[in-house]
Amino acid sequence: MTAPALKLKSTPLYSIHRKMGGRMVEFGGWDMPVQYPAGTVEEHVRTRTRAGLFDVSHMGEVDVRGPDAVAFINRLVSNDASKLVDGQAQYSALTTPEGTVIDDLLVYRFAEDHLLLVVNAGTTDKDWDWICSHRENENVELRNVSADYCQIALQGPDALGILQKLARLPLSEIKYYHFGDGDVNGVPAIVSRTGYTGEDGFEVYASPDKAEQLWNKILDAGNFGADDGVLPCGLAARNTLRLEAGMSLYGHEIDETTTLLEANLGWITKLNKGDFIGRDRLLAQKEEGIGRKLIGFEVTDRGIARDGQDVLIDGQRVGRVTSGSPAPFLKKNIGMAYVPVEVANEGRTIEIDVRGRMVVAQVVPLPFYKRPKQ
Amino acid sequence: MANVPENLHYSKDHEWVRVEGETAVIGITDHAQDQLGDVVYVELPRAGDEFVANESFGSVESVKAVSEIFTPVSGKVGEANDSLTDEPEKVNKDPYGDGWMIKIKMSSSGEVDSLLTAAEYEDFTKAESE
Repeated sequence: MTAPALKLKSTPLYSIHRKMGGRMVEFGGWDMPVQYPAGTVEEHVRTRTRAGLFDVSHMGEVDVRGPDAVAFINRLVSNDASKLVDGQAQYSALTTPEGTVIDDLLVYRFAEDHLLLVVNAGTTDKDWDWICSHRENENVELRNVSADYCQIALQGPDALGILQKLARLPLSEIKYYHFGDGDVNGVPAIVSRTGYTGEDGFEVYASPDKAEQLWNKILDAGNFGADDGVLPCGLAARNTLRLEAGMSLYGHEIDETTTLLEANLGWITKLNKGDFIGRDRLLAQKEEGIGRKLIGFEVTDRGIARDGQDVLIDGQRVGRVTSGSPAPFLKKNIGMAYVPVEVANEGRTIEIDVRGRMVVAQVVPLPFYKRPKQ
Repeated sequence: MANVPENLHYSKDHEWVRVEGETAVIGITDHAQDQLGDVVYVELPRAGDEFVANESFGSVESVKAVSEIFTPVSGKVGEANDSLTDEPEKVNKDPYGDGWMIKIKMSSSGEVDSLLTAAEYEDFTKAESE
């Protein structure tokens, strides 16, 4: 007799995903749509040309309140949370004493004594335990509020116009990596100008019991069904979009074996802000120089490089593909990999072992895609 | 509902065979292309390559996944559908027509008899999804 399968968690939009023909798969312990009937390629392209709608309610949230909120969090993360103003967010990382990554996250500042951390789905429990166990005697109140939020992302050049039909906040006044607290279709919501696609767009946080209403209203406002209307997008498109935009995915480009400097995350590593976990090791690595580096590559041969495949130079294995996939908008096959820093230069030719066949690729600058200036 | 033409033979790996004299035209079924999603890449053998029944002769890839394809019959490849290099979406749009993959000169014409009929394949896919 086999052990019963661990029950997957569902977001408040599960029934809608099924109703809309979403193909469900397991991700980080959650039952999520990997694609809808339009298919991954169309979902991806539509997000870059019009708008895509994503259920990201599986992400975790940790509420941090009290006079020591900023000082406490700033000890645990690499970016400088003391630089945030009310209504601003920053990309950051929870680090180990080795300067490697526990998780990447967003830190939102509501007030000087109130922060909200938004973390990855698969690492929510780990992050919560880590944060709680590292509290010393700071005057902070920590709450795991993951179950109190749904999160829906609307991304693409049409995102602002679509969401504005429903939001009372003047969205054009919310700058990139800032957020507003207002309402969307009468629903109290945090509207944040952030995203994981490389497009302009918003992430809306609200009470889970309003998820269906928000989802349906946004589809309606975005003309879902029209050739140029918004499309719901699954995890496959979410992955290809972030990859084209050169963004890391936890468990692939970053994990507890990769330092922030190796992963091109020096820009969120504020070594001068004061002490934080891993700072000493990162300072040392900065002095010595990194041994390996995360690079982007483009396959120049026939074939598609995939996660976990070996990277070779002159027949020698030098690294591993962290993420490899077709890029539906760029119409190329791309990927990221860690290689020794001596061979990490743009233009370098590498080979990838694609199931026994050597496929030629070239190191290219990141990101692969940058959205056009508006 | 997936399309399962009457006049073809089927394998449990979701390939179809159309017999044209001593040649077997082979591709993947409508059910298979639907499960796979948008096909972005097809890897096919060359004319002259030989295979035995149930051997992998190539692969078909969607954005997310790689799937090997197995020949239901033994023989030598007479022709491969090279147009799939530039137009892999033919596999999704017309899996039994323009999306054909290889033509094999069968070394043993009796092998098709052990394949599934349309009705048997339909039952098989129904049972698989339960």
